Parts: sequence; structure tokens; C-alpha cells
Amino acid sequence: MVTEETSQEPPAFPAAAARAVRNPVLRANLRHATHTIRAKRAAAVAELSDWAELRAAGAAIKDHTLRHLDRYLERLETAVTAAGGQVHWAADAAEAGRIVTDLVRATGEREVVKVKSMATQEIELNEVLAEAGITAYETDLAELIVQLGEDRPSHILVPAIHRNRGEIRDIFRERMGRWGRPAPDGLTDSPAELAEAARLHLREKFLRAKVAISGANFMVAETGTLVVVESEGNGRMCLTLPETLISVVGIEKTVPDWRDLEVFLQLLPRSSTAERMNPYTSMWTGTSDRDGPRTFHLVLLDNGRTDALADPVGRQALRCIRCSACLNVCPVYERAGGHAYGSAYPGPIGAVLTPQLRGTGTPVDASLPYASSLCGACYEVCPVAIDIPRILVHLRERVVEGGPASVRGSRVVIKPARGHAAERAAMRAARWALDHPGVLRAGQRLAARTRRLHPDRLPGPGRAWTDSRALPAVPAESFRDWWQRTRGEAGAPGSGRTPDTGRGTA
Amino acid sequence: MSSRALIMGRIRRALADTPRAADPAAEPVARDYRRTHGDLDSAEAARLLAENLADYRAVVHRCDRAGLPELIGSLLAERGARTVIVPEGLPESWLSATGAEPVPDLAEDTPRVLDARDSVVTGCALAIAETGTLVLDGGPGQGRRRITLVPDHHICVVRVPEQVVCSVPQALARLDPTRPLTWISGPSATSDIELDRVEGVHGPRRLEVILVQDGPPAKEPPPGE
Ligand code: SF4
Repeated sequence: MVTEETSQEPPAFPAAAARAVRNPVLRANLRHATHTIRAKRAAAVAELSDWAELRAAGAAIKDHTLRHLDRYLERLETAVTAAGGQVHWAADAAEAGRIVTDLVRATGEREVVKVKSMATQEIELNEVLAEAGITAYETDLAELIVQLGEDRPSHILVPAIHRNRGEIRDIFRERMGRWGRPAPDGLTDSPAELAEAARLHLREKFLRAKVAISGANFMVAETGTLVVVESEGNGRMCLTLPETLISVVGIEKTVPDWRDLEVFLQLLPRSSTAERMNPYTSMWTGTSDRDGPRTFHLVLLDNGRTDALADPVGRQALRCIRCSACLNVCPVYERAGGHAYGSAYPGPIGAVLTPQLRGTGTPVDASLPYASSLCGACYEVCPVAIDIPRILVHLRERVVEGGPASVRGSRVVIKPARGHAAERAAMRAARWALDHPGVLRAGQRLAARTRRLHPDRLPGPGRAWTDSRALPAVPAESFRDWWQRTRGEAGAPGSGRTPDTGRGTA
Repeated sequence: MSSRALIMGRIRRALADTPRAADPAAEPVARDYRRTHGDLDSAEAARLLAENLADYRAVVHRCDRAGLPELIGSLLAERGARTVIVPEGLPESWLSATGAEPVPDLAEDTPRVLDARDSVVTGCALAIAETGTLVLDGGPGQGRRRITLVPDHHICVVRVPEQVVCSVPQALARLDPTRPLTWISGPSATSDIELDRVEGVHGPRRLEVILVQDGPPAKEPPPGE
């Protein structure tokens, strides 16, 4: 059990969040980007009159798959193999890293091109490959910005969301030359020019690449088909030009039938980039004689997913299709930034997924379930209806009270974190959320819409408080909404500010 | 123990207390969503397709079968294309009024060779009106996936009405999953800079879609027939 925060591991949520809050550029970048996408997503969703039914079907298909995951994985393996692919199984990050390293070594190549993939970030594959003397080039624009900037991703869809265009231009100017073709002279910060610079820089890498590494959005058990959804065409480059393709995919990405894609290909683009359809989607089944890589390896990754599956409340987090809608509406994410979550998965989904994949033994992982005001906005936008607030409450209980859990496939009883660094970190996270009126205010506004999600008693830190008081029922219309509605632009009482902006409060 | 057996064992233990049928097919999922959104006739579907393609910055043209060669010729000339990739099975007449040098889609061409080509002309497997999407499946007149990726200019011909479906569910029902599939909705784009959409990254920066109305029967049958 870790008892003190050490420099080897990420700082607990509250410390990292406090750092982010002091960075005005970061906060402005996040706020601008997430607010831009919110309105667009709502419009894209409103176009489909049957959104609620699609969402219900998406959740049901995922639940069904998880309930029969062993059978569907067997089917998937058979179908991929029959279509000419080779299937590998990785119980944890280290094993996945070894498998991929060996596969790349066997080709004799020393460099690979990569399509953005959350699974390979989770297992820190680039670092593992670097140790083996293999250079992995990220080819997604945002991943490229992160890689050149020697930075960490801070958003699922747009890993460089914490950077604005001026910063991106500076990174390109200063760093591109070290990795290959330098940025064009006189590069400005216009997004079109920045995209063009990335196109030129990466093209030479695509044209000579012999090995590519990808993830996948979906794997169809019935047919053995893998699906990658993207915008830029870097995915298509990686999936079609090289001779060898290695896809590392979490076991929960399985869907039973070809037909199930009709649900997810409607839910995902509208939830993530707010488009009717993303520019490019690639689907491939094993290998084809005349088209694309001759060799295809599929590495199926567990790495804690079966532990999440063992938890009847927590397992719904495995439905996640990584659309990032929950990040874009989260008042805590908006103020704390993605890095504060200390893993590949930031925002509300990270707060429920990471402590399940890694356990709650470290300060950062124990503090994650507290990185929320339980406002319920994440649940409302989630295209597969993951009840994130409910899982957060459940995980808070586990941190504070301990209890049965699955760790690396074995049933164990977790000890309460009381008195440990983990509990202190959790308390600080809870206080951080309570101390930030902006977070709470945005939270209150949304809480009214999600009343049924709210527990009667607060678990964990805060329980002592609710033990002696009834938790106030959330009114149908929050006080601030009422004030806003009846007083219009006059602003919230005593604040002198419009309540919606949250300016100067976080 | 192999990792496969280890993971399978973990899954079965994790689900030990979860009631489930021996055959997953015995537990079907409710699908209350719609097969299509709106009851479109074929002219309306083609119009919606054109609108949605244009909304994502594809350039949409319409013509009848007799006018197709001239239109393709003029689009290539406008672009100043010197070479145009011609996939196997593309009707010869389509390029009969084209000045650019036609080059075949060859397995042995390296990506660098493709990078030096100016344009590519293909057909498609189908198009989806509601989302403004073209789907290519490597069938006749479509070629390998990479030829519609590396050149900077793609002209895609859609036969109206028979290649146009309304919705994603209708499209999947018509597609063959064993073929490599590419779904294209507008030219390549990115939202990676401040979550704002910019067109034109790695794929063809100019995507032109020709909706060919099937008029009176022409001399030559369309591809795939
Ligand atoms: S939890 Fe839901 S909203 Fe969040 S990324 Fe996953 S699917 Fe999207």
C-alpha cells in the first residue's frame, strides 16, 4: 500500500487540479473548446428523433455483450483467424507491451506509425517500444502536438485540447525538425496552415512505413471485422499502406453482430465530433489478398477490464465508446483539465474507469471518485447511458469503507483507506470540488435535471456530515435557475456576475 | 496457463453471479429505433445526399449518363490533373473525354508512386443520404483502398437512384463485411485545433461527387452489372 505521494506517480487529483486552476491559459483553452462542441453536439443529436431509442439499444447491446463476453470473444477469435488474422491475448499492460515489441522486432523494422488509440496510451506502449529501440510516430494531429511538445494527452478525442493555436504553432516551429520534416517557414497560427504543416511532416513517414499500430472502436464477433472511426485520414494511411498491422484492443470493444454497428455508427460521431458522420471510417476483416497489410495481428487486452466486469455496479463503465461527450460537459473537467486525472482516461469516464482498472490503492486513484460534484451532466449526454454518478458514489464507498472487489482476477476484500494517504487525497479532492463555487454552481444547475441520481447520504468524506443531517432534496428548479429565469440578466444574488459563466470562480 | 485461458477464467468468475442464457441468441436486444428518419422518395434522398455532402465540403455535381464523360473531363482539366488513377472495372467511356493520362491501379505500385498521381476517379458501393456518406468496398471501378487516399483529388461517381440508401441501418444491410470498406463523409478534416473543424489533412483535400441520374439506357451498362 502506498502511504505517501511519491514523485514516480502522478499527483493526486486535488493537487494537480489546483495547479491547473492557477493556469489561466489552460483554463481559457479548455473552456473555449468544450463550450464550442457542446452546442454542436446538442444540435447533431437533436437531428435524430429516435436518439433515446438508439441510446437504449446501444446500452443494451453493450450489456448483452459483456454478459456473454467469453462467448463473443471466442467467436471473434475464430472469425479473425478464419479471415487470415492472428489473435494474441494480453492479461496486462506488460504482456501487451512484450507481444507488440516482439511482433515489431520480428519484422526487422525500427519504426512504426501509430493511429491514436486509448488502449496503447493506457499501456504506455510508446515508452515500452522506445526502450526496445523502436520509434513510434503518432500520426493523429493532436497526438502529434502532444508528442512533439513532450506533453501528456488531456482529452480522449482531442488530446491537445489544452493547447491553443498559438502554442501549437510554436511547438511545430521549434520541434518538428527534430522528428523529421521541419515546419514550413513563416508558419502562422491559422488552423488550416497548421493542418497543412502536419500533412507535410507526416506524409514522408506514411510513405515509408512498414509497420502500423492501431486500436479499434469496434470489433464484430460474428464476422471478425474491426472498425476505426477517424477524421484526418491518418488512420486510413496506417491501416492500408504498411505491410504489417498490429491492433491493440480492449476486450470490451466487442459487439456481437455486424448489424449492431448500425446503432454505434449513429451514436458515436454525433456524440464525439458532433458530426452526422465522421469523415472516414475503415472496416477490415483479417487480411485481403490484394488490398492493405499482408499480416494482421490482433492483441486482445484485459489489463483490469475483467476486474471492472466483476463489479455489478461498476461494469457498466465498460460500455464506454470513448466519445468524450462527458468530458465536454463536465464542470470539474473544465476547471481541472485532463492531466489532473493522472491516466489515459480523463474526465468523468476516467474518474470511474481508472480506479476500476488500476484499483484504489494509490492517492491519485483513490481521489478520482471525488473529482465530481455529482451533477449528472455526464450521464445525460452519454450515448450508452452510463450512470457515472452512481458508479462514483459506489467507488467512494469502496475507498472509504473497503469491501469485496476483484483484483487481477482474484476476489479480495479491500481495506478501508482510512488513515492512509489515499484517504487524505480523497478528502482533499472532495474539499476541492466543494470549495469551487463554479463547479458547484454548474453542478447545481444540472442537478435538478438528474434528481433521481442523487443519494440520500453522501458516502465517504461528507458522510459524517450527512449522518446528522438529511441531505437536502434537490428542488425541481435550482435556486440559481429560478433567479436567472425571473431576474434575467441581473445575475445571481450577491455575486455581481452572470451565474452561468463561472468566470473568476474556479 | 495461457493468457487466453487466464482471461477466459477471469471473465467466467466475474460473471459467476450473473444470470445468463446458455445461448446469447436467446436474449435478444430491443431495437426500438427507426430504420430511417423520414419517408424519402428517391429524388428526395438524392437531394438530401447532395445537401449533406456539400455541408461537409464535398463538391457535388449532377448529370445524366450521357454527360458524364464531359463532366469528368472538365473537372480533371480544371484541377490541372496530368495523371489520373483508373481502378479496374471502371467503365471505359467515363474517361473518354479526359485529357489526363490514365494510369492503372497496380498492386506493385509503392505509396510514393501513388503520391505522384494527381487524381483518381472511382465509383462506389453505395451512398447514405442521411449522413452524406460514400461507401467504397473495393468492387468494380473502386480499386484498392489506398488509391482514394494518397492522391489529393478524388472524383467519386454515384448512380442515382439505385446506389443511394437513406440511412446507416439500410447501408449496413447491403454491405458485405468480408470486403475492406471505406466510408467517406466529405474530404478529410480535423477538430484537433480548439475543437473546431478544419478541412484538409491527410486524405484527398478535394472530394468531388458526381450524382449520375440514370436516364434513358445508354450504350454501355453501368459497372457491376
Ligand atoms: S462515458 Fe459515455 S459520454 Fe463518456 S466517453 Fe464514454 S461513452 Fe462517451
